[in-house]
Amino acid sequence: MAPGPQAQATLAPPAPAFARRTLADRESVLGTLMLAPALAYVILLVGVPFALAILLSFSSATAGSLDFTWAGLRNFAKLLGDPQFHRALGNTLRFMLVSQVLVMVLAVSAAHVLDAAFVGKRVVRSLLLLPWAAPVALASMAWVWIFDSTFSVVNWTLKVLGLLPGWLYWFGEPGLATVAIITVHVWRMFPFATVIVLAGMSVIPQDVREAAVVDGAGFFRRLFHVNLPMLLPVVTVAVVFGVVFTATDFSVVWLLTRGGPYNSTHVLATLAFQRGILGANLGEGAAVALFLLPVLLVAAVVMLRLARRAEVGT
Amino acid sequence: MATLTQPPATEEPTALGYVETRGLSKHFGDVRAVDGVDLCVMEGEFVVLLGPSGCGKTTLMRMIAGLEKPTAGEIYIAGERVDDDVPPRARGIAMVFQSYALYPHKTAFQNIAFPLEAAQVERSTLRRKVQWAAALFGLDRLLDRRPRQLSGGERQRVALARAVVRDPKVFLLDEPLSNLDAKLRAMARFELKQLQRQLGTTTIYVTHDQVEAMGLGDRIAVMDKGKIRQIGTPRDVYDNPADTFVATFLGSPPMNLVEQDEHTLVGFRPEHFLPREVFGEEPDLVTFRLRVREVEYLGSDRLAYGYLEEERRSDQPVIAAVPITITAPLAEGEVYEFAVRRRDLRFFDARTGLRKPAPR
Ligand SMILES: Nc1ncnc2c1ncn2[C@@H]1O[C@H](COP(=O)(O)OP(=O)(O)O)[C@@H](O)[C@H]1O
Ligand SMILES: [Mg+2]
Repeated sequence: MAPGPQAQATLAPPAPAFARRTLADRESVLGTLMLAPALAYVILLVGVPFALAILLSFSSATAGSLDFTWAGLRNFAKLLGDPQFHRALGNTLRFMLVSQVLVMVLAVSAAHVLDAAFVGKRVVRSLLLLPWAAPVALASMAWVWIFDSTFSVVNWTLKVLGLLPGWLYWFGEPGLATVAIITVHVWRMFPFATVIVLAGMSVIPQDVREAAVVDGAGFFRRLFHVNLPMLLPVVTVAVVFGVVFTATDFSVVWLLTRGGPYNSTHVLATLAFQRGILGANLGEGAAVALFLLPVLLVAAVVMLRLARRAEVGT
Repeated sequence: MATLTQPPATEEPTALGYVETRGLSKHFGDVRAVDGVDLCVMEGEFVVLLGPSGCGKTTLMRMIAGLEKPTAGEIYIAGERVDDDVPPRARGIAMVFQSYALYPHKTAFQNIAFPLEAAQVERSTLRRKVQWAAALFGLDRLLDRRPRQLSGGERQRVALARAVVRDPKVFLLDEPLSNLDAKLRAMARFELKQLQRQLGTTTIYVTHDQVEAMGLGDRIAVMDKGKIRQIGTPRDVYDNPADTFVATFLGSPPMNLVEQDEHTLVGFRPEHFLPREVFGEEPDLVTFRLRVREVEYLGSDRLAYGYLEEERRSDQPVIAAVPITITAPLAEGEVYEFAVRRRDLRFFDARTGLRKPAPR
């Protein structure tokens, strides 16, 4: 026979009068312990390479040699007079600006569409996220094919529709290559931005939006005077992410054009790779890679401040 | 040929009220939020929609505003049918939301100015009108502040100022005072009534608070489960409730309902139900013996809760509200003679709950 509840109670060891302090009570120790893996990860995989890059940028180190000669600002000075570097810097800024503007316009529009009630909204919303979830190498391969010099679906479609008299060599001409790169950037960033804007819109109270409707505001007045200002903090975060993503992106350009034709579409990241790794000039590569860091830092801080101010509303 | 030049024949008779709904319904799936409402509000009138939470007041108001599409029925504003394709902004309405729905990133000035900007009012006129509306609500010094820097009462006044600033045809107010504390609410109620008198704007006001409804409304429409149970002046609705729902929803404490026979409920208000000796030699009294269970002392009244000791005993407790000026003894556990004037009795059908004439 199973022991009754009373028997069980007497069998249990007597509870100590005061429970001992366990590890779980010692928050400072516990906190350090739980943060340690993340901290180690950041230090080893971000901090060390970062410090190394800074160090290298002030040296004339090359791959394949353990030589480490201090070069001061020579690497940076050299870059300032290098037309190819100018081109890469310009490309980086141009790709970033154009794609961000396009992304934000598209994302805000798409978010408004997706916010309206319609059948199949959930399916469309999850489909939308696909480009973002797809591995960039895979996606870029697809785009390489879309822009292929012989098989380009864009060209063939235009041709069949009778809209294209000649032929577009997407990666053979700097202008077209730029269009292709920006297209892929927009295609990649757009879902993420849309989701962020959608999340931001769900925070705008329904009755504030309805108040604007009753107050007689048309679509554009509501968009520019109510929805966008209230979205500003969230949109800024999306833009900061987008700017950092596109300004530091290596894969899209490398997989699509490798910086070609004739080095016309290099961005800082691909140029750094070409100089530092392929060209074995580590010091110069590091200098190229680090060049935009201060600019990005300042931009991010300023934007987040602005967003915060809009949020606090003072 | 001649028939072609004539205006198309309209089946509906011309609307009588300034705001009118006919057979208006809104169903959300199985929920009949609003169920065949006929409401007729005259020009300049202040009508209160009163009912418990969830009875469909907000939904009815949102349909009038054009924020919700009716499942069935018609809406007329100023004689024009609007339910089909007239968007909210073209209906000439101003709405105050329960949450006020101010634009958080705009100052009080910009909030009030927004409807005028939307109507593309010229800048100097706009400034003048905003100043006028702000002065009306004592907001002159607060115009540079944003909503989060304002107190609840101030936000409510900004919301009202935003509503009045463009001379709407109709005000729609959805529980605009419910977020204020009791003291502010009484003041705001008074000011609101004054303002409506002054502007003469047709107003539909939603509340679940009967004191607000009685105090504000020219007429009250009592709603329950998506239907209007009764429309009338506050006095009418209180004195002559159309059914047992209205009888027990209005009044605090509510009307007593006692079974008279299997077909009839008899109702009387606690304040009409007093110790027998109060009435002296008056004729036409109906007396009841009341066993008092509990006495509450409320300052101006004593509330006596008890059960009738008659052959037709109700299981429902009965309440008497005895003014403090009447010093008759009321002890818990004792039985007393209470009386009601016959003309203060109301009779209801036991099955349908509807009012019926006094028997015989
Ligand atoms: N958008 C909606 N979807 C589904 N049900 C709703 C919606 N709006 C209101 N309802 C339902 O309709 C009924 C009436 O709601 P409402 O008009 O807000 O009542 P009240 O304002 O009188 O409290 C409630 O049962 C509510 O749950
Ligand atoms: Mg409501």
